[in-house]
Amino acid sequence: MSKTITNAIALTLLWMAAIVTVLVLGTLILYVVVNGIGELSLRFIFTWPEGVAAEGGIWPTIVSTMYVTTLAMAIVTPIAVLAAVYLAEYAVQGVLVNAIRFAADSLASVPSIVMGLFGLALFVDAANIGFSMLSAALALSFLMLPIVMRTTEEAIRAVPKFIRWGSYGLGATKWQVVSRSVLPAAMPRMITGIILATGRAVGETAVVIYTMGQAINLPISPLDSGRPMTVHLYLLAMEGINLPAAYGTALLLMLLILGFNLGARYLLRRNRKV
Amino acid sequence: MVPYHSTSVADDAPDKISVKNLDFFYGDFHALTGVTVGIKKKATTAFIGPSGCGKSTFLRCFNRMNDLIPGTRVEGTVALDGQDVYAPGVDPVDLRRRVGMIFQQPNPFPMSIYDNVAFGPRLQGVKKKSQLDEIVQTSLDRANLWKETKDILSRNGLALSGGQQQRLCIARLLAVEPEVMLMDEPSSAIDPTSVQKIEDLMEELKDRITIVIVTHNMQQAARVSDFTAFFLQETTGEPAVLVEYDRTGNIFTSPKDRRTEDYITGRFG
Repeated sequence: MSKTITNAIALTLLWMAAIVTVLVLGTLILYVVVNGIGELSLRFIFTWPEGVAAEGGIWPTIVSTMYVTTLAMAIVTPIAVLAAVYLAEYAVQGVLVNAIRFAADSLASVPSIVMGLFGLALFVDAANIGFSMLSAALALSFLMLPIVMRTTEEAIRAVPKFIRWGSYGLGATKWQVVSRSVLPAAMPRMITGIILATGRAVGETAVVIYTMGQAINLPISPLDSGRPMTVHLYLLAMEGINLPAAYGTALLLMLLILGFNLGARYLLRRNRKV
Repeated sequence: MVPYHSTSVADDAPDKISVKNLDFFYGDFHALTGVTVGIKKKATTAFIGPSGCGKSTFLRCFNRMNDLIPGTRVEGTVALDGQDVYAPGVDPVDLRRRVGMIFQQPNPFPMSIYDNVAFGPRLQGVKKKSQLDEIVQTSLDRANLWKETKDILSRNGLALSGGQQQRLCIARLLAVEPEVMLMDEPSSAIDPTSVQKIEDLMEELKDRITIVIVTHNMQQAARVSDFTAFFLQETTGEPAVLVEYDRTGNIFTSPKDRRTEDYITGRFG
């Protein structure tokens, strides 16, 4: 077989593989958009579900999702950032640090349904917090912690060493170097990591189904239970209650996560330009 | 050959930094040996020599920047105004406030021009806006950057050209009023026009500050310095030595050592 033919075949295969990938994604998005777009309206977003068929809107579920995500982010960010600063700047690199990193990576790969079960056992039952925003946020924070910690650590490591030198060269202490030069320089990438983890939390179902409850409820206190968008979607679809509303919820959820990802990209790009 | 720098520093001028029998190690690697030299106060001293001859390493001993590299070790003494900087109890943070450093790669922080210059004073607890404003203006002015930046102080320092960035770093350093400014090949990464500006401002600063500059460029050493030290690693794997140290004019016109002569006439390096 001539080289040109081999080349043409290889190129065709590569093209087809690429097209399949795009097609799968395209079909999925198109399917949800076509089925869900009819539902989307201000009324759908801002009113409560009504009646047995959950007609009407999904407002409480949007609030529940945002509530628990914000709470989880508030719990995770300080812990993850402090841990990352310790790992990247202070810890003596060695067996212990590698073990911590390995633990974080393993934590990131624990199936989320296991994390949910653990949250149920620990927060809902043992700690007696009950089905609530707080229990769900704590369980979600397990999921987000390794993501935020590792991206923050990478962000800190990516700060060029001459930034540190410049700071030391002006008579900064180690903590001043870290807090005033390194962290600000790492900030855009840190925020990117936090946003990506948030997107992950917004789309998470397994963890929250175990820990937040299912009651359609507008949460005020962290101890209130609620029903996040993902669980609402699951129940509407699985129990055949209201399929159009399920697609509407799905579309809104995807738009929300798209928003988070675009936000992260924007921050990264702005950072690159400087 | 370029005209030599006219020097006004007297022979009996006091030493700002005096180094005795310094040996330097990176782990097992013996980088420098037996360096003894006195850096004159409010003079400009140049360190020249081929790549890898330890001149930058030596420079970083003056403000203990080498401490940041794990596994390094110093023997001998480095005294600033007669006080050993490696003595126990000396805080390298305080030392670096007095002995500041400019690097080869301009390294403004990713923040505004104003915040870059105000960085050092803020580290030391200066908070008053009017005081910071004044420091920022004076420092930028001394670094010959005020005219170019006075209307864009809130712009990111990284938006400046390479040469302007280096002058911004000099302004940032001058804002903490160091007694000594160490410059590690400050102009090797920037364009010739900017190099000229940096050399001009070095000339203007020499009445108020002691400058030590490491340079690859012998013309630059001849242009800017009062004294020149020539370093050389003669055999690979062996530590480098200080071959000759004298007034810059003597080094470039009548070196005492054959090796110095060979180097400045371009026979190696």
